[in-house]
Amino acid sequence: MREGRSPAFYALAVFFAAFVLFLYGPMIVIFILSFQGPSGGLTFPMNGVSLHWFERLWQGGGIVDIAGAFKRSLQLGIVVMILTVALSLSAGLAFRKRFFGAGALFFVAVASLIVPSIVTSLGIALEFRLLDDFLKSHGPALIADGLTTTMGLFTSGLGAHLTWTLPFGLLVMFAIFNRFDQRYEEAARDLGATPWQTLRHVVLPIILPSVIGVGLFGFTLSWDEIARSSQAIGERNTLPMELQALTTTVTTPDIYALGTATTGVSFLVIALALGAIAILRARQARHGSDAGQA
Amino acid sequence: MSTSRSQIESPAVPAWLQAAPFALVFLVFFVLPLVFVVIVSFWDYNDYEMLPAFTTRSYVESFEGCWTQLPDLCTILKTYVSTAKFCFIVWAATLAIGFTVAYFLAFHVRSITTQMVLFLLCTIPFWTSNVIRMISWIPLLGRNGLVNQLLMNAHLTATPLEWLLYSPFSVALAFVHLFTFFMVVPIFNSMMRIDRTLIEAAYDSGASAWQTLWSVVVPLCKPGIVIGSIFVVTIVMGDFITFGVMGGQQIASAGKVVETRLDALQFPPAAANAVILLGVTLLIIVALNRIVDVRKEL
Repeated sequence: MREGRSPAFYALAVFFAAFVLFLYGPMIVIFILSFQGPSGGLTFPMNGVSLHWFERLWQGGGIVDIAGAFKRSLQLGIVVMILTVALSLSAGLAFRKRFFGAGALFFVAVASLIVPSIVTSLGIALEFRLLDDFLKSHGPALIADGLTTTMGLFTSGLGAHLTWTLPFGLLVMFAIFNRFDQRYEEAARDLGATPWQTLRHVVLPIILPSVIGVGLFGFTLSWDEIARSSQAIGERNTLPMELQALTTTVTTPDIYALGTATTGVSFLVIALALGAIAILRARQARHGSDAGQA
Repeated sequence: MSTSRSQIESPAVPAWLQAAPFALVFLVFFVLPLVFVVIVSFWDYNDYEMLPAFTTRSYVESFEGCWTQLPDLCTILKTYVSTAKFCFIVWAATLAIGFTVAYFLAFHVRSITTQMVLFLLCTIPFWTSNVIRMISWIPLLGRNGLVNQLLMNAHLTATPLEWLLYSPFSVALAFVHLFTFFMVVPIFNSMMRIDRTLIEAAYDSGASAWQTLWSVVVPLCKPGIVIGSIFVVTIVMGDFITFGVMGGQQIASAGKVVETRLDALQFPPAAANAVILLGVTLLIIVALNRIVDVRKEL
């Protein structure tokens, strides 16, 4: 824009560097402290370097049912990921055409991001409690007997997570289809492809890298979600909820080890997704003549 | 929402059917739950259960003393005033930092690749849980934390500072740490849309850097600023986790009132407080929307 670097540039660059340090510094500190020696505490200095706290975590020593919470979070995250991709993709396709209530549906999805999570969570909890009461008093004996609650990880919990991941999924779909070159579809149709064939063999392969991005988004949003889960998850907590509960009681670096491990999973998932996207892009570049180069 | 509307003939599946599963999720897990919150807020309750009988008891109790205690503030007003203060502080800090960062990225970083790399650098911390990002302040701000060690070694203070952690300070700091990026993204987006010739024109017409910033860039960034503000303000308004973890469970907030009631299994008062919280949040959004029509900008 202008020639040479102005003094303002250097001032702003320093500010930016400070901002990045502010973002990363604390995280790096707990990453280091999670390798604290067995006799070390929650703060510096390091009393030796060890994997002691990771071992304790692995054996479940000191902390209740971390392995179970880990498994539950992983299962829920995967289901949320699949549903987020499927439902947002389908809805994204629908929004390219006109349908009754499109405006209202978009409004509701955005509202779901803005309404405080605790309110949504409370609403879902109330809904399931009322459903429980109704089933116990009016339901057929087969259901009513022995029913404790309909609330659970894959009923109310799953729903709560979807109200958080789907709006993001839809917004990303809008971005994808805004950039999508419709001439590919027209060409496919002109060549006699059915709508399904067009979707399967033309549209999906082109947008696949971005769709993987939606899945990645869905998984990590679910993996870290607490606020919406707080009232709606049922009896057994997810991993971030256990972590939150631990903040008030734990006085050893256990919690840092758990933090480092959880972050590790997030980064692994991201790396896998980005790797898949890169491979797909490379394949598109090699095989698909000029396809996909929107 | 500027999805191209060109018609696609003979769809295999009608559009409404494609949107139906998505819509159903929001009906069952968002719209209906909100309806239940409103209904239950008008129910009665006892120590064990909620009683489906119409009463305004929960609201009356929530606002108890608000009139008689004047000019002193009742509990709920105190809580909302305190939450609003946090909103304002966090909003001002995230706006100042977010605008500066976005300005640097948009106007001073010249290559698009560098821009993207720096942008990604800022997003990476978002891939970890907020709780982990919160607890990562403990070794820094705690009584024996790095900051206190440094201050004491430099003989700036004789005893460790107690207000660094589990205090209003740490709550505000955590909010800024967690959510400044929500301010950066929309402002950066607005800045990237600004036609660079406008800025050239301002310089050519003799405007100083400050005048250009204030009279050209800031007004054109308004939509981004408003969207970012809505994000940050509504998050702080409804938050109970950051207040809980960073405030050592000692600081009240609008969102935490709901949680406290829920911990006591008092659903109707919790619902009433949720309705009040929702009302206040919507008022703030409407007020911010008066400044800029956000829907036009999406």
